[in-house]
Amino acid sequence: MQFFIEVLIAGLLSGVMYSLVALGYVLIYKASGVFNFAQGAMVFFAALTAVGLHDLGLSLWVAVPLTMVAMIVLGLVTEKFVLRPLVAQPEITLFMATIGLTFFVEGLAQAIWGASVRGLELGIADVPLEWLMEVSGMAISQFDLIAAGIAAALVAGLALFFSRTKVGRALRAVADDHQAALSVGIPLQHIWGVVWAVAGFVALVSGLLWGARNGVQFALTFVALKALPVLILGGFTSVPGAIVGGLIIGASEKLAEVFLPPLLQQLFDTQMNLGGIEGWFPYVLALLFLLVRPEGLFGEKIIRRI
Amino acid sequence: MFYRESGQFKSTYAEDSQIFPIRQDRWVVGGIVAFAFLGIPLLAQFGWVSNYAFTAILTPFLIFALAALGLNILTGYAGQLSLGTAAFMAVGAFASYNFMLRIEGMPILVAFVLGGLCAAAVGIVFGLPSLRIRGFYLAAATLATQFFIVWCLTKVGWFTNYSSSGVITAQKIEMFGYAFDSSMSKYLFVLGIVSVMALLAKNMVRTNIGRSWMAIRDMDMAAEVIGFRPMRTKLMAFAVSSFYCGVAGALFAYAYLGTVEPEGFNLDLSFRILFMVIIGGLGSILGSFLGSAFIVLLPIVLNVAMQSLEGAGLPLPSGIGSSIELMAFGALIIFFLIVEPHGLARLWQIGKEKLRLWPFPH
Repeated sequence: MQFFIEVLIAGLLSGVMYSLVALGYVLIYKASGVFNFAQGAMVFFAALTAVGLHDLGLSLWVAVPLTMVAMIVLGLVTEKFVLRPLVAQPEITLFMATIGLTFFVEGLAQAIWGASVRGLELGIADVPLEWLMEVSGMAISQFDLIAAGIAAALVAGLALFFSRTKVGRALRAVADDHQAALSVGIPLQHIWGVVWAVAGFVALVSGLLWGARNGVQFALTFVALKALPVLILGGFTSVPGAIVGGLIIGASEKLAEVFLPPLLQQLFDTQMNLGGIEGWFPYVLALLFLLVRPEGLFGEKIIRRI
Repeated sequence: MFYRESGQFKSTYAEDSQIFPIRQDRWVVGGIVAFAFLGIPLLAQFGWVSNYAFTAILTPFLIFALAALGLNILTGYAGQLSLGTAAFMAVGAFASYNFMLRIEGMPILVAFVLGGLCAAAVGIVFGLPSLRIRGFYLAAATLATQFFIVWCLTKVGWFTNYSSSGVITAQKIEMFGYAFDSSMSKYLFVLGIVSVMALLAKNMVRTNIGRSWMAIRDMDMAAEVIGFRPMRTKLMAFAVSSFYCGVAGALFAYAYLGTVEPEGFNLDLSFRILFMVIIGGLGSILGSFLGSAFIVLLPIVLNVAMQSLEGAGLPLPSGIGSSIELMAFGALIIFFLIVEPHGLARLWQIGKEKLRLWPFPH
């Protein structure tokens, strides 16, 4: 039982990190209706740039703001050269364009910083909490807890930004209805620029956390792919959905990884090594979930007319 | 001047419903097919077409074109976006391998067809969610196919005949006592299969099956109201598309690579085929071929360009080549989408329209 809880908590904490990546997708989808496949590449780009600058001898306090500037520039450039010429194209075309962007950004990051794996030290040790170990005997990583705290702070900050500031309100207006927003004088291009910059910021935070966890390497883009089932579960347009979806995916994939192989081995009476279930479990879970609720947990109800 | 249909009257239904109703089209297409079957081998005899051209350009071009055709049926004609193409190819390849391995004296073409049928069955299972979900949700859900199938093939030893590294070596292609082992004979083998399947696909999309797909793609509710059965139509599209991808996967293993592992059919391959369809043109048979040619040739051209850059005294740091290739790839895709969202096939059509009026456009 204790082992179960330990796995569950580890899963929930890694789920928070998935939500963080998923948040970037939701922001852009809500505001511009673009399903930005390149979010994963942006996470990779941000992490690699920050580490690259850090390795050049800059302290993290300088490297991270510099990376932030780079991410904003990247977002604005994307908005201007990729999305603006494609305005009013079908969603699928925009989606394809962001896949193209994914390749471009991944290539760019590696062309500048090289393809080798780099370590990132944020100054938070990845060790089990000692007092918790003594009280209950459970090993919960300190790093995971702090990462979850940062993610929570980020989400709270974004929620405030969306509900309290003028730009945030404009963002929500654009998300609801482009044309209505335009007609009351909200500058659409400007708003999209802001959204891409915010998504870049989210990518930077998740890139730093994931990079510190797993090392900054190309595999980061696969982690970002895991955000897709999170999105499906939570619904593409919902920030709370991204959080809840992330928690569900994180917890269930860790539980499946630990408890499913023995079960399957018993069922099929084999001794095969069945590790790596967490590679596909989230996708299959999301797929099964969709059969029951096609719009996700918190997504807008899909209404179709002829 | 040369490309005009005046004076070509159709007096029978058969003439009216030909694949290429214009005589000049028939000549050109017939000429290209004849060149592919006879001209290229002839040139190879004189040493004008190298072995490299067969193994690195022509054969993969045809195989990828077949896979793109399969995806085009699903995405371009039936409107169901899929990111799991490579998984269906893997099913086709590994199923064919096992049929050849476990059944004595199995003819290779039958094995390919059975492999394709296995892929079709898997396609139907993973196509079931498409009845409930659409758009991006479906695209993300098809990722489940991709990851689950590759995992299954890696972990369940039976599929790879308990090979320790998971790599399988495809058996030799032999038909009627003739072994297809030279690169040219493999090319001809692939060409034969691809031509027949392309012809079938062309006819499928012109008849009621294809029209029901397009009706579902354009507006599925409306199609349902006027009497198309969405379940049958969508699952049919998944089955046919997976069959094509499965056969392409088998050819990929048997005629192109020779040895494959499940990891070879990764998400990257799925994306490459998706790009072929996008760049070639959604909902166009010709587009699948054009897109495949483009994506197969692009890395080769980039490589040559980079080498000539180095020759010109601009040495690039090592390892940067593949990154630049990625960048160019991405940039070109964006460029194409901006300039011509309907793909190369549309450019071809525009060219034909221009040619009709040339040289007096007014």
